[in-house]
Amino acid sequence: MLSVGDFIVLPSQNLRKQEARASRRRSIDRWFGRIGLLSTIGTLGVLAILLLNLAASGLARIDWQFLLSFPSRRAAEAGILSAWVGTILLMIVTASVAVPLGVAAGIYLEEYAAKNKWTDFIEINIANLAGVPSILYGLMALGLFVYQFRFGQSVLAGGLALACLVLPIVIVATREALRTIPAAIREAAFALGATRWQAVWHHLLPYSTGGIATGVILAMSRAIGESAPLITIGALTFIAFLPPAPILAQAPFMSFDWLFSPFTALPIQMFNWVSRPGEEFQSNAAAAGLFLMLITLGMNGVAILLRKHAQRNIKW
Amino acid sequence: MRKFNKAQVFGMILCFVWAAGSQIWADVIVKIDGSSTVYPITEAVAEDFQRATGTKVTVGISGTGGGFKKFARGETDVQDASRPIQGEEIKAAKEGGIEYLELPIAYDALTVVVNSKNDWMETIQVSELKKIWEPEAQGKIIKWNQIRPEWPDKEIKLYGAGSDSGTFDYFTEAINGKSKASRGDYTASEDDNVLVQGVEGDKHALGYMGFAYYEAHQKRLKALGIEWDAKGKSPVKPSEGTVLAGTYNPLSRPLFIYVNVKSLEKPEVKKFVEFYLANVARLAKEVKYIPLPDSAYTAVRERLAKLQKGTAFVGHAEMAIPIAEILKRTPTP
Repeated sequence: MLSVGDFIVLPSQNLRKQEARASRRRSIDRWFGRIGLLSTIGTLGVLAILLLNLAASGLARIDWQFLLSFPSRRAAEAGILSAWVGTILLMIVTASVAVPLGVAAGIYLEEYAAKNKWTDFIEINIANLAGVPSILYGLMALGLFVYQFRFGQSVLAGGLALACLVLPIVIVATREALRTIPAAIREAAFALGATRWQAVWHHLLPYSTGGIATGVILAMSRAIGESAPLITIGALTFIAFLPPAPILAQAPFMSFDWLFSPFTALPIQMFNWVSRPGEEFQSNAAAAGLFLMLITLGMNGVAILLRKHAQRNIKW
Repeated sequence: MRKFNKAQVFGMILCFVWAAGSQIWADVIVKIDGSSTVYPITEAVAEDFQRATGTKVTVGISGTGGGFKKFARGETDVQDASRPIQGEEIKAAKEGGIEYLELPIAYDALTVVVNSKNDWMETIQVSELKKIWEPEAQGKIIKWNQIRPEWPDKEIKLYGAGSDSGTFDYFTEAINGKSKASRGDYTASEDDNVLVQGVEGDKHALGYMGFAYYEAHQKRLKALGIEWDAKGKSPVKPSEGTVLAGTYNPLSRPLFIYVNVKSLEKPEVKKFVEFYLANVARLAKEVKYIPLPDSAYTAVRERLAKLQKGTAFVGHAEMAIPIAEILKRTPTP
């Protein structure tokens, strides 16, 4: 029960109470800082351990011979040439399909589409698609690209499967990037008589390039490590030749035959080596993993540079 | 940004259409898919064949079952199989109009392993293995001394093949009498390295895996002799000698390649299969599998030369049939 004494607070008592509360708040603040630091160290630590672990067993294997040799039954002679070439070709197909489609869809949804139930419905579905397990994209690609369109177990089918997988990421990244541009820019463009397309092409796209590029490269980093959809469509494990070259010495100087070539990729090569008997193949797998990690880190580095560069050119 | 004029755009479109139109792959590629158990042998053959002839070869690992599906649709020239073709698969091949040759190429010996610190056993009976692995054992057989009273009163940790592998099909058929009939409460993996690590790290573990995996880690694992008590056989340890002598039963199994007869009309495929049979004895040994006796390879080559189509099995794996007898049978399409 309250008594009169509760309401009569002596100045000295009041000060002490205030101090106690303040010190409690400061201590919560300090503790949160420590927990945050610990989480950061923990996350980075796991990454560092992973890298060190791969490096410890794989670094010694990475040399020109490893990068320029085909797979072999002899672990010491085996290499990842067909795997990394396959990975790069896949990325070319994936990027050239996912980027135009994803950016266009993102621009349409953000700048053109009317806000109604339909667009809400589409929006929810795109968000959901980003969370669909990758193997389902593999099954879809197997039915559609491999058998229906008769692309076979080719670079084209694999690249398209990965493009479908990362399309939602590109769309969401594009929309996020467009959303960060102040509405005043659009209004100013419209006030001067620009069409939507002119506003997009001359202002919104250049200003959001950094954000879109970051999203695209994150999407590519995801695609590059995927193995489940590729195994589902039937990417091969042993392949000791390269797809035909895209550039020819004689007319027509260009060839798209490589699109229809069978292929393998780095994650598949790794997966295969991990399940082989004997220690030597394990260090090959670690080396291939390390190389894949380096490519991914490199791509993320490029993303950061692009963002910095794009931000420097914007003067509002 | 650079702008293309109409002629350039038209030219590029033309190039693309041309390329897409001529998509039919010009080179001949020998396409192989199937069992991951047979993969190391086929990979070795493919590597040497490609080096010797320049013909392109691709090898996939869809598993024996997954590979047979592609084989029945005519998508592959050669199928790797760790067990004979089965009823449904025979039917599918017939419906797809695929005729095939069944060529045994090497042996694998499924190896029952325990931890190297296990000091209470050197051998195990097939009936005891059945007691451990049959479906009824699930949740009931959990301690070593339930199998033999003199074995320790400790929990038995089991490691075995995952249900998608041909190894699982063969082991369950050989031990439990029915393909795919197994208890489910054990650590299962399609990747035998996981099983090696599991058994290696636990004194009270027991597992089974392909011989190549045991051989690569034999300092850290102990292979048990198998006593086929129902047939009154004394215990036999897995080794090249016992498998070749036909005494390591019922866990030694032949591995096969199946060849699409129509593909054999392509000279590259024919050459590849001939190269396979001429070199597999040496290469199988190199990747730690057990080659067939020389007389068997002669019989297999004869089967290829005479184009004896079909399978010599009755739609499922049979235990402890000597390879010579399999090859004496006339295959039925």
